[in-house]
Amino acid sequence: MVELSQEQIEKLKALGRTQKENLIKMGEDFKEKVKNFKASIYTCNATSCHSGGAASVLDAFRESLAATGLESDVRVVCTGCMGLCASGPLARVEIKGKKPVLYQHVTPDMARVIVSEHVVPALKTEGEIKTSDYLKKQELSLDLPFFTKQRKIVLRLLGHSDPEDLGEYIANGGYQGLMKALTMKPEEVLDIIKKSGLRGRGGGGFPTGTKWEMLAKSPLVDGEKFMICNGDEGDPGAYMDSCILGGGSHAVLEGMMIGAYATGATSGWFYIRAEYPLAIQRMELAIKQAKRYGILGRNIFGTDFNFMADIRYGAGAFVCGEETALMSSVEGKRGTPRPRPPFPTQKGLFQKPTAINNVETLANVGPIMVNGPEWFSEVGTATSKGTKVFAITGKVKHSGLVEVPMGTTVGEMVNDIGGGTSSGKPFKAVQTGGPSGGVIPASELHMPLCYEELKKIGSMMGSGGMIVMDQDDSMVEIAKFYLGFTVDESCGKCAPCRIGGYQMLQLMKKIADGKGTKADVAKIKEIGNAMKKASLCGLGQTAPNPVLSTMKFFKNEYDALLIDGNEPDAPAEKEVKACNINTKK
Amino acid sequence: MADDKVKIQEDTRKMLVKWKTKRGSLIMALHEIQGAFGYVPWDSMEVVAEELKIPMAQIYSVLTFYNHFKLTAPGKVVISICDGTACHIKGGQSVIEAFEKELGVPAGTTTEDGLFYIQIVRCLGCCGLAPVVVVNGKTYGRVTPLDAPKIVAEWRETMAKEGA
Ligand SMILES: Cc1cc2nc3c(=O)[nH]c(=O)nc-3n(C[C@H](O)[C@H](O)[C@H](O)COP(=O)(O)O)c2cc1C
Ligand code: SF4
Ligand code: FES
Ligand code: FES
Repeated sequence: MVELSQEQIEKLKALGRTQKENLIKMGEDFKEKVKNFKASIYTCNATSCHSGGAASVLDAFRESLAATGLESDVRVVCTGCMGLCASGPLARVEIKGKKPVLYQHVTPDMARVIVSEHVVPALKTEGEIKTSDYLKKQELSLDLPFFTKQRKIVLRLLGHSDPEDLGEYIANGGYQGLMKALTMKPEEVLDIIKKSGLRGRGGGGFPTGTKWEMLAKSPLVDGEKFMICNGDEGDPGAYMDSCILGGGSHAVLEGMMIGAYATGATSGWFYIRAEYPLAIQRMELAIKQAKRYGILGRNIFGTDFNFMADIRYGAGAFVCGEETALMSSVEGKRGTPRPRPPFPTQKGLFQKPTAINNVETLANVGPIMVNGPEWFSEVGTATSKGTKVFAITGKVKHSGLVEVPMGTTVGEMVNDIGGGTSSGKPFKAVQTGGPSGGVIPASELHMPLCYEELKKIGSMMGSGGMIVMDQDDSMVEIAKFYLGFTVDESCGKCAPCRIGGYQMLQLMKKIADGKGTKADVAKIKEIGNAMKKASLCGLGQTAPNPVLSTMKFFKNEYDALLIDGNEPDAPAEKEVKACNINTKK
Repeated sequence: MADDKVKIQEDTRKMLVKWKTKRGSLIMALHEIQGAFGYVPWDSMEVVAEELKIPMAQIYSVLTFYNHFKLTAPGKVVISICDGTACHIKGGQSVIEAFEKELGVPAGTTTEDGLFYIQIVRCLGCCGLAPVVVVNGKTYGRVTPLDAPKIVAEWRETMAKEGA
């Protein structure tokens, strides 16, 4: 950065203090503005609902309110993901003093009926509102366990606010974490994050405070140190980070800035998948707004803290989620991993110290600063603190985005929150951790979801993908699918992953085709263990997991496909029975 | 063709102005080029090499590393079929096969008339609607193999109307 004179700096600081006051006022103005509304219609326009036609639903709401002359009484809000994506487009009607009502599968026609049968009578007449059966049928109870069993920190504002309205973010406590951090010493901020017990949500679960402390200890190189937000979200079938970025871009930016202040980082990069246009667009807007209102820039809020942020797009390579490959990609090169050490916190992006954090990790930071580390560490288990966002998909009735306290059991996730299988057939297993993870069979429904337990069972937390499978799903097929994905995505730099993965996939295909033998199964295990030990990066090290884990829990399914029957030398494992979870119905 | 080359190179040069001063911007520049032309033309690459001072070989190796980049012009109608896990579990594979059968070409290729291009993608972020197909930006959710002929017919009609 350009050197400034003392006088120039003083001027910037004075400007920063004014900007801070303006920002606080912006939040108050927002509160003042919405006070006058008698009702609000929140409409989800995140990726799923948008694809289902939410934009025309929003138009229909606005038009029919205008036609009834109520547009100044009712606030129509275009929100981030409300969670129950499979039932979208969703719209929630909140009339002051009344219980909110959530509607599913909303169409423009239905939106007009919602206005005429629900909103207009509620504002113009006293007493109970009676809507027609047509609307009643599309009401979704907010008392569903899907909603009541969640605990929202990261998703708190999604579905309840307009992600493009900075004033609304401020009115909801936004940037207060940063403001508070800037009144403390960087070490004190580090201490709070360490005490909170926050661990990385990108998969590994590394303590965020420790990572930041490492960066703080690394000296600046050519006056620079970096923060990177990992928004690559490579796990196919998971979209938590996409929604967090799209519905809460300011919260992620705020988390990054608090980290930057604590570590002395000078600028930041958001690495976002190109397949997520909405996430990119919202982050671009957030950065633009932050620059305009003095949140990003020099002498932020009248302090000595300077910070800038920029965006880089991914280009469809799963391996770029791995941190060293990601940095190479941000530099504009092929995304190939390199050995660690040196760790990124020592030698990272452009050879300068860098801390890489997942989107959800960063989104937790602001609330921790505002509410304190104890508030956060009270939620969760002994070693896994706070909440975790999951994208629960596959054969589950209520498919969508949920945030639950760490330690919630698999059973609570699938049966209560998920509402059981969508097919009504017996539940067989869930897969967590995507292509790097493994299966949790129905016999383990009591298992709490936390880093250690998932690892113990041969899976991993991953970034939050959770695929529910029922009786009809073949475990051999799903393992083959994941392996096919990682083999496709292997960068080819090291032999164990490149050659081992390919060979393993050929053997898996042979087994799936009913031509495999006991010797093939033994060979797969051998290759798998070699890949785990000898691969250079996490992709190759974890690629065998889906295969090894299904072999462990669903040996019978493999055996049934072999031409020479049971594999003899494996230890006898207790048979995993699919248990019917829909018996309560 | 010569005119084409001049135009492509001129347009590319304009796009590169803002990336020239930023470090590590090769991939961003390539994104912008593909956004404009639908693929990264060889003629553009030459300009990128010149303006960003990066050897052609390096640009080519970056382009081929990332799945997102295309080196040839895809068909006018790009059909992206999701084979992410959520879609796969809900029958994505049979949807892929249905489109391949309907158009008579395998995924990753363009039909002979240059109209349709099928590609397989990994998660479009709307898993709640699985299986998902996106055609030129329009999303179709809960697609079954039976929908493939209907979707293709719909787009044939649209393109015929546009005089393609
Ligand atoms: C093959 C591979 C893919 C990964 N993909 C992602 C990803 O999509 N998102 C992510 O945040 N982390 C991903 N990671 C983990 C990152 O390397 C890194 O550990 C993480 O971003 C650190 O952030 P955290 O400490 O906040 O979790 C991946 C790792 C590997 C080996
Ligand atoms: S393990 Fe696989 S993805 Fe990782 S460096 Fe080796 S070949 Fe590349
Ligand atoms: S996208 Fe609307 S509920 Fe998730
Ligand atoms: S897996 Fe197909 S949209 Fe996510």
